[in-house]
Amino acid sequence: MSDTAVIEAEALTKRYGRFTAVDRLDLAIRQGEVFGLLGPNGSGKTTTILMLLGLTEVTEGKVRVVGLDPTHDPLEVKRRVAYMPDTVGFYDGLSGRENLRYTARLAGIERDQVEARITEALTRLNLADVGDKRVGAYSRGMRQRLGLAEVLMKRPDVAILDEPTAGLDPQSTHALLDIILGLKHDGITVVLSSHLLNQVQRICDRVGLFNKGRLALEGTIPELVQRVLGSSVRLVVEAHGGQVAEALTRLPNTRIEMLAPNRWRLTADRDYREQVSTAIQRVGGQILALGIEEPSLDEVYTRYFEGERRAA
Amino acid sequence: MRRKGSPWTGMATVLTKETIDHITSARMIVLELLIVITAIGAVFAAIGVMRTVTTEDPFLFLRLLTVAREPFPSFVSFLGFVVPIVAIALGFDAINAEYSRRTLSRILSQPIYRDALLVGKFLAALLTLSLTFVALWLLITGLGLITLGVPPSGEEVGRGLMFLLATIGYAGVWLAIAMMFSALFRAPATSAMASLALWLLFAVFWSIVAGLISQIGATPEDLVFGPTQQQVELEQWVTRLSPNTLYGEVTLAMLNPATRAFTMPTDAAVFDRIVLGQPLPFDQSVLLVWPQFTGLLAGVLILFTVVYLLFQRQEIRA
Repeated sequence: MSDTAVIEAEALTKRYGRFTAVDRLDLAIRQGEVFGLLGPNGSGKTTTILMLLGLTEVTEGKVRVVGLDPTHDPLEVKRRVAYMPDTVGFYDGLSGRENLRYTARLAGIERDQVEARITEALTRLNLADVGDKRVGAYSRGMRQRLGLAEVLMKRPDVAILDEPTAGLDPQSTHALLDIILGLKHDGITVVLSSHLLNQVQRICDRVGLFNKGRLALEGTIPELVQRVLGSSVRLVVEAHGGQVAEALTRLPNTRIEMLAPNRWRLTADRDYREQVSTAIQRVGGQILALGIEEPSLDEVYTRYFEGERRAA
Repeated sequence: MRRKGSPWTGMATVLTKETIDHITSARMIVLELLIVITAIGAVFAAIGVMRTVTTEDPFLFLRLLTVAREPFPSFVSFLGFVVPIVAIALGFDAINAEYSRRTLSRILSQPIYRDALLVGKFLAALLTLSLTFVALWLLITGLGLITLGVPPSGEEVGRGLMFLLATIGYAGVWLAIAMMFSALFRAPATSAMASLALWLLFAVFWSIVAGLISQIGATPEDLVFGPTQQQVELEQWVTRLSPNTLYGEVTLAMLNPATRAFTMPTDAAVFDRIVLGQPLPFDQSVLLVWPQFTGLLAGVLILFTVVYLLFQRQEIRA
């Protein structure tokens, strides 16, 4: 991964009348990374994406994508950046292949390459055998995959995917995420917006948390965890027999929550697994499970917005 | 700041795709069948009437288009009625359907400007309409050749071509109106209804509206002595705001060479000279309707500019 930024925004602002959708946003996305845009609905994710592509006017601030200004030179930006909108739509009367052929022509792909590229993209997304069927007969998952096929066909430097997994079943979601990781292996920088946090956690190198049009938090997931949840370590213990509960309360600097009968969560400033196990054995208890609980992005998210609400 | 790159990038692609869509659409095929069948019917009815007339007529071919056998309308008046409907059918969902299908943001994220999409769509519909009208025109000329057995004269061909051009311009006005509503309203059903309502207003009620407007401020004497010159002129001015009137006057002058003016002159001497005169030569007929011609063209340009402005300012998110 190199450090050159392919997308840079500086004090980027978008106002609709009095409403500020994006408020002095600073953003830097590096070459070759998968960057996740997170945040509740209406926090300015899609508006930001549209400004990156020059599809909506920038009210104030500066933005550069692949080293170009999308307001001044949108065609070159759009030639090198592929975009998959949320709830992607196609011409229902045309086949998947015909739909891609139309966008390929618009994208200015060389005529003699069009068919080969379409076939390649369709094959990679397992759509090769339905490519000649009308899109009207496609399922939601197939449409999303066709949207990704279009991105793939364009061979972009940057792929911007807006809610690519919205409304998909877990299996299709999984498959789609693997394909997105495949884009990364091709050397494509991926920007992905989503509010399905466990997915983002799985595939993103860095994430940015949007809140009210601003980038509230930005960094790798461990960084965010540390910033929002602190550096504490959480253990989950399952044990029975003896006075396990009392033994646990005697541990120094530890916060205890009971999750279920015979199941507790301990929060401490470092890894106390050894101490916990000796303490339980000392009172004659039996350990069924003892492990570190990895904090999830979900928690970061919930905790962050709880803090926000309290501050407000 | 100037934007880089040509606004026409991708226009040809949009034009090709949209034209193929139009020509192969069930909507267009139904309309074409309707037009062809009614047109042939109207022409055969005209031939039937013309067979009973024995006087020599230098404009036999043009009569094919203008003669009516009651209660059926002539081919020309039928066309004046149906052209707007076909144009509306091709334009009413041009823009809002891209939103409801959610294809707009995907298409515009390709390296093209909005200009290319809009102009491509407009020209594709206009091309489809032109193809239909040219085919129809040739079909009728062919029918005339077979049934009348005389070829059309050079002047008749010229007049026919001008009529064809005016029809395309007239269709362009209605296409632009339909596209304007498709940019204005999000639901295709709403834009279709709005276009049809306007069509109904111009096709049926406009003469009544013009009459009412001209009578504003009329005195009781006017009821006795008839409308003043001023009122007649006002009424005519209002009528000509309707594209239907402009088209009607162009076809009248082009296909009926004896047409010398569109208003009854009040001066009796002028009246004799104008109405009872000989047919006008081709170039004089063209001169007579030149304002109407430019009016139609200006209508297309103004309406298209409105569509362009509406579409350029629209946010891409629905």
